[in-house]
Amino acid sequence: MSDNAIFRAEGLSKTYPGVKANDDISFTVKAGDIHALLGENGAGKSTLVKTIYGLVRPDEGRMWVAGQPHAPTSPSAARAAGVGMVFQHFSLFDAMTVAENIALGLDNPPPRRELSARIATLSEEYGLPLKPNRRIADLSAGERQRVEIIRALLGNPRLLIMDEPTSVLTPQEAEILFATLGKLAAQGTSILYISHKLEEIRAHCDRATILRGGRVIDDLDPRAHSARALAALMVGTEMRLVDRSGRKPGATLLEVRNLSLAPQSVEGTALKSVSLQVRAGEVLVIGGVAGNGQEELLSALSGEIASPPGTVFLEGLDLSRQGPQPRRAAGLLSAPEDRLGHAAVPGFSLTDNALLTAVVRKDLAPGGMIRHRAARDFTRQVIAQFDVRTPGPETAASALSGGNLQKFVIGREVLQAPRVLVVNQPTWGVDAGAAAAIRQALLNLAAAGAGVIVISQDLDELLELGDRFSALNEGRLSAPRDTEGLTLDEIGLLLGGAHGMEAAHVAA
Amino acid sequence: MWRLETRSEASLAWQIATPVLAVIATMLTGALLFGLMGYDPVAAIRTIFWDPLFGASAGYSRPQLLVKAGPLILIACGLAVGFRAGIWNIGAEGQYIMGGIAGAAVALAAYPAEGWWIFPAMVVAGAFGGWVWGMIPAVLRNWFGASEILVSLMLVYVAQKIAAWMAFGPMRNPEGFGMPGSRNLGQYPSAANPEMFPGTGIHWGVIAAAFAVFGVWVLMSRHIRGLQIRAAGEAPRAARFAGVAPAALVSFCLGLSGALAGMAGLFEAAGPAGQITDGFGSGYGFTAIIVAFLGRLHPVGIVLAGLLMALTYIGGDIAQLMLQMPAATVQVFQGMLLFYLLGFDLLTRYRIRRRVTA
Amino acid sequence: MIDPTTLILMILSAATPILFAALGELIVERAGVLNLGVEGMMIAGALAGFAAAHASGSPALGFAVAAVAGAALSMIFGLLTQFLLTNQVATGLALTLFGLGLTALFGKPYEGVKAPSMGPGIFGLNWVVWLGLLMVPLLWWFLNRTRAGLVLRGIGENHHAAHALGHKVRTVRLLAIAFGGAMAGIGGAYISIATVLQWTEGMTAGAGWIALALVVFAGWRAFGVLAGAWLFGGVAVLQLRLQAAGVAVPVQLLAMAPYLATIVALVLISARRRGSAAPGSLGQIFHETS
Repeated sequence: MSDNAIFRAEGLSKTYPGVKANDDISFTVKAGDIHALLGENGAGKSTLVKTIYGLVRPDEGRMWVAGQPHAPTSPSAARAAGVGMVFQHFSLFDAMTVAENIALGLDNPPPRRELSARIATLSEEYGLPLKPNRRIADLSAGERQRVEIIRALLGNPRLLIMDEPTSVLTPQEAEILFATLGKLAAQGTSILYISHKLEEIRAHCDRATILRGGRVIDDLDPRAHSARALAALMVGTEMRLVDRSGRKPGATLLEVRNLSLAPQSVEGTALKSVSLQVRAGEVLVIGGVAGNGQEELLSALSGEIASPPGTVFLEGLDLSRQGPQPRRAAGLLSAPEDRLGHAAVPGFSLTDNALLTAVVRKDLAPGGMIRHRAARDFTRQVIAQFDVRTPGPETAASALSGGNLQKFVIGREVLQAPRVLVVNQPTWGVDAGAAAAIRQALLNLAAAGAGVIVISQDLDELLELGDRFSALNEGRLSAPRDTEGLTLDEIGLLLGGAHGMEAAHVAA
Repeated sequence: MWRLETRSEASLAWQIATPVLAVIATMLTGALLFGLMGYDPVAAIRTIFWDPLFGASAGYSRPQLLVKAGPLILIACGLAVGFRAGIWNIGAEGQYIMGGIAGAAVALAAYPAEGWWIFPAMVVAGAFGGWVWGMIPAVLRNWFGASEILVSLMLVYVAQKIAAWMAFGPMRNPEGFGMPGSRNLGQYPSAANPEMFPGTGIHWGVIAAAFAVFGVWVLMSRHIRGLQIRAAGEAPRAARFAGVAPAALVSFCLGLSGALAGMAGLFEAAGPAGQITDGFGSGYGFTAIIVAFLGRLHPVGIVLAGLLMALTYIGGDIAQLMLQMPAATVQVFQGMLLFYLLGFDLLTRYRIRRRVTA
Repeated sequence: MIDPTTLILMILSAATPILFAALGELIVERAGVLNLGVEGMMIAGALAGFAAAHASGSPALGFAVAAVAGAALSMIFGLLTQFLLTNQVATGLALTLFGLGLTALFGKPYEGVKAPSMGPGIFGLNWVVWLGLLMVPLLWWFLNRTRAGLVLRGIGENHHAAHALGHKVRTVRLLAIAFGGAMAGIGGAYISIATVLQWTEGMTAGAGWIALALVVFAGWRAFGVLAGAWLFGGVAVLQLRLQAAGVAVPVQLLAMAPYLATIVALVLISARRRGSAAPGSLGQIFHETS
C-alpha cells in the first residue's frame, strides 16, 4: 500500500471461548486521517483496539506502526511505539488529581512542576481547559474526557485511538471535540475513531472500516455513502422501523411535584425541584448527558431512594415515602440502566431474578413462601414472549449476552402489566435487533394504556420513541416539548449546550 | 500458561467436592507437619480423625461429638445467613459469652427457687444477651457507618473481660471458698441443661441446633426473604432495587446470629461448662466461622462441617492425652482447613484452561 | 504522681506495636487490599522474633526474623487472594486463626523464657521506637512523592484503570502485602521482645485488630496513623496507671479501655467521613481478563 500508512493490520484473529471476537482483520490507517472503526456492539471493535494498545494479544496476525512491526506486550510498549488511547470507561482515578491521573498514564513522567506546565501548554493549544490540581471526582464527563485526551497527547502519539468519545458529550461538546481532532489530524496525528454513530462519522471521518461479527465487511469513504447504507452494512439487514400507531393519551397517571433530593454520595448528583407528568398511552422521553441525575431520578421513581412526602403520586396515591415493593404493588415499575448488578443479580438464575421484582404483582410468594413452579412459569413466559435466547429459566443472568439480558429485564417488567414503567438506557450496549424489539415493546405497552418514561442518552432513540421530550441537566428537568419538529440543535441547548465551554475556542 | 475463565454458573459438583478435597489436603499437610515435629504421622491422623469414633475409648468420646457440634452448628447457622448477605459478624464469640452470662444471671438470681419456668427464662435471657451484643455493631453500622467487622470483634475482648469480672466479682460463688467462678448450674436442677438420653450427648442445645438448621434451611431455600438476603450479598444494588432496606438487613442478620450465639452460650453455661468462669468461651464463636464456610453457608453442609470440627476437637484432646501433642494442634488444623477450602473454591467459580499460545 | 517525660516515653513505647502494624496495613489498603490477618501476622512475628532473639541473644536479629516471618505468613494470604481470587475478608480471618494456632503449637518451649536486653537506647527509647517514628514521614514521602507510591495508590483507587494503563496490579499488591506482613511481624515482636519480655500464647490480645481500626481512623493517611497510635498508646498507659494506682474499679473493667476506645474512635470517625476516604478498589477481587 501507500507509503503514508501509519498503521497496518494483517490477518488479526482472536478467539475467546465460544466467540471469535476478531476474525482475519486487515486494514490500514493513513497519516493524518481520521479513520472510523464502525460496528455494532459485539462486532469486535473493542477487542481490536485493545490488541493495538497491547492489552490483548492476538492469536494470529501482524501489525505495523509507521512501517515498524508492532507486537506490543503491554500498554507501555504500545505507547513507546507511538500508540495512544482514550478510553470510554475504566481509566481515571476518581480520588486523585488531574496531574496524578496524567502521570499514571505516562511511562516517564516529568517532575510535577514541569508536568503541570506541559498540561497547561497542551490544553491551551488544543482548546481543552484543565486545572492540574483538581480532583477527577469533581469534574464533568466532558472534562474527564479532556484529561484522557491530554494524557494520550503527552505521549506524542502517531496514532490516537478514541473509543466512543462522544457518548458522554452534548452535540455542542462533540463539535468542539471534532475541532480538536481535526487540528491533530492536520498536524499529522492519525486518529482511529470508534463509534456507532453514523452521522458524526459521515461528517468528520476520512475513511471507515466496517466490522460485523468480528470480520471486516467493508472499507470505504463514509462521505460517499448515506447513513442508511452504512447502517445496513453495519447491521447486515435493513433497519426495522418501529410502529408508533395505536396510542391515544388519556388521564394523568404519574405525577412528580417539585422533587428535590440531596446527592446520595460524593460523586452523586442532586435533583433540583423536578416536576413531570405522564399520561396513559404516552411516552415521555428524558434526555441528558451521563451523570446529570439520570440514575438518581430512576432511583427516586423506583423507590430505592425515598422522597419527601407529597412529591410522587401514582393515580392520586402518594407513594413518596414508599419503597420499591409497595410502588410495584401500586403499579409503578422500573428498569435501571445497569443490567448486571442493579436490574439483575449476575449469579442468580433468571427465575430467581424474576422473583425479585415480580413477587408482588405475580403473587409468587404468598405468605413469604416461594411458589417455585409459578415463578418458573412466569420466567418461561418472559423468555418466550421477548425472544430471550437462553438454555432455560435456570441459567444465570451473567451467562446471557447484553441484548438478551436486557430483553429479559424489560420483559419481566412489561409482563407485570405496569400502570407506569420507567426505564433508563433501555438499549445501551444492545445489538440492533434486540434494541428494535425493546423499543417496540415499550411503544406497545403505551398503546395498551400504560404510561412510559424513557431516560436515555441516545438522541435518535428518544426522538423515535417520544411524544414529549424533557432534558435533564445538572439535576434539573426542563419543561416538556413535543418531539414533533424538535431539532438536534435545540435538544443540544436543552441538554446544557457546551457546559461552559463556549468561551473555549480552538485556534485554527 | 494457565488462565482462568469465569463459569456462567457455580459448579454444583465442585461445590460438594471442594470441602472434601480441602479436608483431604489438610490431613496430608497435617501429616507432613506432624512428621516434621517428630510424631508418627499416620498415628496422629488416626488418633484425631478415627479414634474418637471407633477407637478404644469411643464409648466415651462418641457422645461428645454432639455435645461439641451442637453449639458450633447453632452459631454457624446464624453466621451463615449474615455471610450470605455480605454482613460480617466475626464477634460470635463475644455474643456467645454474653448469652452465657445473661442466662446464668437469671439462674443465679432465681437460686435456690425451683420451677419449670426457670430454664425457659434462661434460654430467653441467653438469646437476648447475644442479641444485644450483636445489635451493638448493627446499630453502630446503621447510624454511623462503623465497620461491623471491627466493632463485633472488639466486643469479643470486651465480653471476655466482662466474663472475667463476673467470675471474680458479681457472680462469684459465695460458697466457693473464694475461688473465681459462679455456682455450678449443673447442681441446680431447675437451671441445669443435662444430657437428655444417656450415651447420646443430646442436650437442649443440640435440639435447638436442629431447629436452627431447619429454620435456616426454610428461610434460605424456600422464603422470599432468603432470596433477598442472598441477593444483597451478591449485588447490593440489585437487592435494594428489589426492596431490601440495607439497615433492616444489617439488624436482622446481626441480631439473628447474635441471638443464636447467645443461646449456644447459655446452653453451654448451664450444661457442659456448668458455670461462668474466668475463661468462659472456648473459641466456639471463631470455630463456627470455619464451620459456616466449610459447610458452604448451607444448613446441611453446616451440620456435616460442625460434626467434623467437633471430631477434631475430641481427636485433639485424645492426641494430647495419648501422644502428648500440644492442644493448639487442632487450631492449626482448623486454620489450614479454611485456607484450603478458600483456595479450592476457585474451582467452583472458574474453569482452568490452558492458554492458547500465539 | 508521674513526671510528664516518663509518661510520654511510656506512651511512645506502648504505641509502637500498633504503629508498625497499622503503617503496614496502610500500605496494603492503599494498594486496594484488605488483609484482616494482621493479628495473625503480629503473633507470628512475636513468636519468631522472640525465638530468634532468645537463641542468638540479639534483639536486632529477632526483629529481622520477625519481619521475615510476618512477610512469609502474609504470602499465604497473597497467594490465595491474588492468584486464587479468594474473598479477602474470609482469607484474612483464616490467616489470623492460623497464625494464632501455629504460634500456640510452636510456642510451648518458649514459655517462661526471658528475652535478651534491648539495651539503653536513645533518650530512654530503644531504636525500634525511633524506627517506627521514622517510618511515618518515610511512608508519607513514598505515597505522595514517589512514582512507585503514585502507582500503588492508583492501583488501590481503580485497579481496572491501572491495568488498562499497563500497571502490574498483582505484582504491586503482592509486594504491598509482603511489606504489610513484615511490618506486622516487627510490631508483634516489639510486644514480646521489648514490652512483655517473654512469650505467652495469644499475647498480641487484639492489637492487630486495633491496628486495622486505626487505619480507618487515620483516614488512610500516614500521619493520621501516628496520631491514632499515640492516642491508643495513651489509653493503654492510662489504664495501666489507673490499675497500678489502685482505683476502685475492677481490673477487668479497666482492661476493656483500649477496645472500647477503639469502638468509640471508629464510630466518631465513621460518622464524620462515611468511609469516603477509603481507596476505591479496597477489598475487591481483581480478575484480569485478556
